[in-house]
Amino acid sequence: MALVKNNLVVKDSWVKVDDEGDLPAGDILVSLTRWTEDRDALLARKGQVGVCLKSDENPEQILQDLSFFQVIALEFPAFTDGRAYSYARLLRERHGYKDELRAVGNVLRDQVLLMHRCGFDAFEIKAPDEKALQIWLDAQKEMTTFYQPTGDGRKTVMSLRQRKRMARGAS
Amino acid sequence: MYKYDDYDQQLVDERIEQFRDQVNRRLSGELSEEEFRPLRLMNGVYLQLHAYMLRVAIPYGTMNSAQMRQFAYIARNYDKGYGHFTTRQNIQFNWPKLVDLPDILTELSKVQMHAIQTSGNCIRNTTTDQYAGASFDELEDPRPWCEIIRQWSTMHPEFTYLPRKFKMAVTGAPNDRAAVAIHDIGLRIRRDEQGELGFEVMVGGGLGRTPMIGKTICEFLPKEDLLSYLEAILRVYNQFGRRDNKYKARIKILVHEIGAEKFAELVEKEWEEIRDSALHLPAEEIEEISAHFTPPPFDVLPALSSSFSEKVGQDEKFAYWVQNNVREHKQQGYAIVNISLKPIGGIPGDISHAQMDVVADLADQFSFGEIRSTHEQNLVLAHVKRDDLYAVWLKLDEYGLATPNSGLITDLIACPGLDYCALANSRSIPLAQRISERFGELDRQHEIGKVQVKISGCINACTHHHVGHIGILGVDKKGQEFYQITLGGRADENAKIGKIVGAGLSTDEVVDAVETLINTYLGLRESKEETFLDAFNRVGETPFKEALYGAR
Amino acid sequence: MTKQVITANRLDDGLAVFFDTHANWSASITEAAVVEKGEEADTLLATASNADNQLIVVGPYLIDVDQQGGKITPVRYREQIRTLGPSVRPDLGYQAK
Ligand code: HEM
Ligand code: SF4
Repeated sequence: MALVKNNLVVKDSWVKVDDEGDLPAGDILVSLTRWTEDRDALLARKGQVGVCLKSDENPEQILQDLSFFQVIALEFPAFTDGRAYSYARLLRERHGYKDELRAVGNVLRDQVLLMHRCGFDAFEIKAPDEKALQIWLDAQKEMTTFYQPTGDGRKTVMSLRQRKRMARGAS
Repeated sequence: MYKYDDYDQQLVDERIEQFRDQVNRRLSGELSEEEFRPLRLMNGVYLQLHAYMLRVAIPYGTMNSAQMRQFAYIARNYDKGYGHFTTRQNIQFNWPKLVDLPDILTELSKVQMHAIQTSGNCIRNTTTDQYAGASFDELEDPRPWCEIIRQWSTMHPEFTYLPRKFKMAVTGAPNDRAAVAIHDIGLRIRRDEQGELGFEVMVGGGLGRTPMIGKTICEFLPKEDLLSYLEAILRVYNQFGRRDNKYKARIKILVHEIGAEKFAELVEKEWEEIRDSALHLPAEEIEEISAHFTPPPFDVLPALSSSFSEKVGQDEKFAYWVQNNVREHKQQGYAIVNISLKPIGGIPGDISHAQMDVVADLADQFSFGEIRSTHEQNLVLAHVKRDDLYAVWLKLDEYGLATPNSGLITDLIACPGLDYCALANSRSIPLAQRISERFGELDRQHEIGKVQVKISGCINACTHHHVGHIGILGVDKKGQEFYQITLGGRADENAKIGKIVGAGLSTDEVVDAVETLINTYLGLRESKEETFLDAFNRVGETPFKEALYGAR
Repeated sequence: MTKQVITANRLDDGLAVFFDTHANWSASITEAAVVEKGEEADTLLATASNADNQLIVVGPYLIDVDQQGGKITPVRYREQIRTLGPSVRPDLGYQAK
């Protein structure tokens, strides 16, 4: 698997770890179950740790631990399961999570803009070539007009209108 | 009426190009049908029995004459010359080709229309009172609020893949003509003790397999908090709504399972966090959008119109129509005209391209260029001078649009059913036609008075049959079409789910059964003023049941 | 034995079509390949659902039919309507021709 992150295709250096067995060296991604069961061991080792949440695992359960994670991966078991959009916004906008927020699972180009708007900054992709990257980048530019304020920094229509009103008022 | 600014237009234009690309990717095989289906649905494109179907959003049921003419154009050039108005105030075209759809959407965008989110598990078109801005009983025109909701909900990044479809309705009048209590969220504009206007918020209404009336979770929501409160509701639903079973995925099930109080608590908690966020509506924004809905420049007219009274005296047919299809307007000298899309024996809600053009012309000439669609599958000219009623009627009559049956038994509501719909169990339209013909005689309809018959071809309940005074549901019994009758439902401010009266009836029996019900009512009503529904509420179901099935 | 044919909607225009004896899609049920329910039908459905056909049609499925004197009629009323057109608009759909 590769990732698109910061408009580049990057190799995924994180190793997904099973719920049982030894912990490998390096950066690892564990399930919520493993995190809850082996928290101390995971914190004691060298190397970074990330957690991967299934769509029915609400991030409420890891709010105390956010500072330990360099990656939080939220799973889309099917692209039609939209729970992680809410989770992502809450993590970013309410709980101040700043590190990598990764979309994994059924991650398709037709949803990637929505994901980005909700705060995801890394996306798991199947074909890690230049063409795939281009498609990915284009998909994020299909729309340029947004009504909803989210934490993504894009200007909303309402704020643009407000600015127009002020300009009109000033002139 | 709301007019797009550059931002609104740009969004729609971009969305069409996005969809054009998606269609091309489907045709080239890059997208599988499974991947494409939700994308097309989110652009209003279904696949039905005979062809694709396009559902175009008519935001809160208000359109202008140019938009109506564009529907006529699309019906002529891309479809088979007609369209179908739905109970959600939208219009459907039954025969578009997939390869033409991006172009059809481009044509629509030229008149500021789109099909975004008319299907799919997202926030759908918000519906409202068809008499908004014209009726004397309203506290405030609900349409600015619908428009504010439209913008907020359009391509909402967080709420595009909800557990299930999500429908909202708003009423600005205490007499609820928008059926808000049977929507996922129903908003009722009301006044608090200080005289301020705000919203009563209901959630968890909906029909289908498990019909439910919405529950009030907020008695009074200040207007400027509307979007933050809606976002809070949707966020709770998106996280906690059931996704394991599509029949339990609507918000009504969540509200029912955890209880309205608990649900309200979750919403309240979420709302506290976002109440003062960028979703808080600035007064100037509310003003700017409301300015689009200021009343049209009415003439100052006398209360009585002699030319009108004269015509009523001279022409009995006209008088009948006025009595039935014309409603009181808040502005002196004006009236609200209901255009019936229910000719006797016709297909409820269907309208030809020629009729669309006529309605557009009449709107231009007599009603400030504005038209409404109604959840009873009819049309409305909201602001017609009483002096002009005769001219309007003559033209409507010429085009078969003046059936004087608004609110009467032949003003039936019926879904496409098995004649078009891929999900149907049985046909709805032929049954509607037969009932209409059975009761077609005008004097008889008047004798019977107000009664609402709603026919759905399956349990999805697209016509809201559960809340029809007489509801008819098509079921499949060993490959045969059968119909189940419910009685006593209502969709107004006293909304109630009707009761199933007994075993299903065959195609041959069902029209007679409706007649039996009506005759039973006529026999037991206390006076002509007592409507079918009033009588039913007084005596209960037993006399009707006995009349249908015999005393058991 | 139950006879079956395969139907679907054509991808580009959405019209109801039937899988014929030359493994093409036809707008007329009279040209449909009639097979026995069971293994034979399932094999044909697999062909009709392959990647190439996914580019021509949407959602192929089997329907039961009656075959009498060269005439093929679907058993279910729903499918009869698909071969004809809306029962309330005899001027539209295949029945109009
Ligand atoms: C012809 C294609 C149509 C299809 C495939 C379709 C499908 C559905 C489905 C599946 C539902 C149930 C959703 C649920 O409860 O989870 C539904 C509900 C609904 N449909 Fe349709 N529908 C169609 C046409 C229409 C038409 C023509 C109307 C208006 C006359 C309409 C109005 C509604 C309404 C108001 C509901 C909401 C009922 C409720 O509150 O549960 N639909 N539709
Ligand atoms: S009620 Fe059933 S048959 Fe009628 S349009 Fe809705 S889904 Fe189709």
